[in-house]
Amino acid sequence: MIPVLRVQEPGLFTTVQDLGRPNAISAGVPSGGAMDRFAHSAANLLVGNDPSHATLECTFSGPHLVAEHSCLIAITGADFDPHVNGAPAPAWTGIFLGAGDRLTFGARRSGARAYVAVAGGVEADRWLGSLSTNLMAARGGFHGRPLKSGDVLTVAGEPRKPAVSGRRMGEQLRPDYDDRTLHAIAGPHLERLSPEGRGLLFEAPYRVSRDADRMGYRLEGPQLVTSGEELLSFGLVSGAVQVPHNGQPILLMADHQTAGGYPVVATVVSAALPIAAQLLPGDELRLVEIDVERATEMRKALERGLDSLRLGSGR
Amino acid sequence: MRADRTRPRLRIQPLGDAALLAELGTRLDTALNTRAIALAAALKKRRDVRQAIAGYASVTVQFDPDQATHESVAAAIERLAAKRPPMAEPGRLHRIPVTYDGPDIESVATRLDLSPEQIAEIHTRPIYRVFLVGFVPGWAYLGPLAEELELPRRHVPRTQVPAGSVAIAGRQTGIYPLPTPGGWHLIGRTKVRLFLPDSDPPCLFRAGDRVKFFATEG
Repeated sequence: MIPVLRVQEPGLFTTVQDLGRPNAISAGVPSGGAMDRFAHSAANLLVGNDPSHATLECTFSGPHLVAEHSCLIAITGADFDPHVNGAPAPAWTGIFLGAGDRLTFGARRSGARAYVAVAGGVEADRWLGSLSTNLMAARGGFHGRPLKSGDVLTVAGEPRKPAVSGRRMGEQLRPDYDDRTLHAIAGPHLERLSPEGRGLLFEAPYRVSRDADRMGYRLEGPQLVTSGEELLSFGLVSGAVQVPHNGQPILLMADHQTAGGYPVVATVVSAALPIAAQLLPGDELRLVEIDVERATEMRKALERGLDSLRLGSGR
Repeated sequence: MRADRTRPRLRIQPLGDAALLAELGTRLDTALNTRAIALAAALKKRRDVRQAIAGYASVTVQFDPDQATHESVAAAIERLAAKRPPMAEPGRLHRIPVTYDGPDIESVATRLDLSPEQIAEIHTRPIYRVFLVGFVPGWAYLGPLAEELELPRRHVPRTQVPAGSVAIAGRQTGIYPLPTPGGWHLIGRTKVRLFLPDSDPPCLFRAGDRVKFFATEG
């Protein structure tokens, strides 16, 4: 274990995340993990890590970090204006930090969550098979809590690939984060909405309310009225759009409750979840219905982008 | 339709691009729940299935979309659901001490025209089934609750319910494992810990287990 980064300022809410703990769902423990799995995976691949390594998820603002030891890092996801030693630093690129170098962030320019990967992977507590931070249980990640000033991050081991700086992920390979269209597949309880309600769901603009966190986003917009008897609780997935009694839909995100009984009228597809993860309270979005075939094409296109980082050395 | 009572219809719907919800029925029913748990266990053994979670009367299946399609997983669900489920072993029995002095016990007693002692007596009578563990870590949906205690949820949920609170709503009962918001009626409390973060699995109850409450002082 090599100390690599010292936290000078933690940022608003910076946690250690990986790809989550799906095997704990049957105990009621949320799967968790990075909200924007694409940006998390890309950051890891850019520094030669496997996507399963832990990264830092920086919410709404970035931390100030000082390199204790030379290391290769990559910053992806939201644009919080990254700098190294005061000079602008490129995002979506493997960058080398020498001992004593300072990584800082300025003002938020776009998106909600930036990811910082370190070659070798951030060392963290493993809980129920994952390094992700679970705040409710205060387990996993960095002692089960967000980062604080003075914390020192270590790396888990040597990266699998030689750590080479300068590798970059082109914009054409990333999700179109500026397009706030969330493609979704009709949900299992869509027929509980009237035809008019279905039209609203898939056409009307909705806005992310202030009640938006890693568990999910309450959406503001036209009220949706569902009919039918109460449902028995069933297992939920990220991206599910639930309609509670007040008719204001909830989009479930990474730390969503594992089971619930509200009708699920749509499910945002996996290729659109990174876009959802980068929305802030007040942002407008639209749900657009697509079929499974189109969702699969979208997912594969993003995976091809990630695969190009796996194979390539500098493309 | 009468036919629905004897042979519930299997309903399989996409839950996004890599998951399906298979609904075995719509009733709170031990037999349906047993089938759901058996179906989830059988699906979990498949290489193309990442996770299968039983609900009250349903299974949520997350699959690997590089190895399977909605159609192939749906076909597997239909095949497995048509089989007679293996005889379920009776679940482990947990005996849980409860002090029946919850903040809602008086109001519940008034609404049901019972005394607090009668509520405790009726609540401790059955052996409940753990229908599903979920919602928050360690929470278990237990039932069925006696009809005499049936009440809709509180109109305004509490923003914070203390851990260990024993609660009722509808035909269900449960214990809040962690301090969380909650809309159920709090009739008692227990010192038994349900969420065990340093154990694996990290919870006392598992789907299919049985729970018997008994009244205790303070």
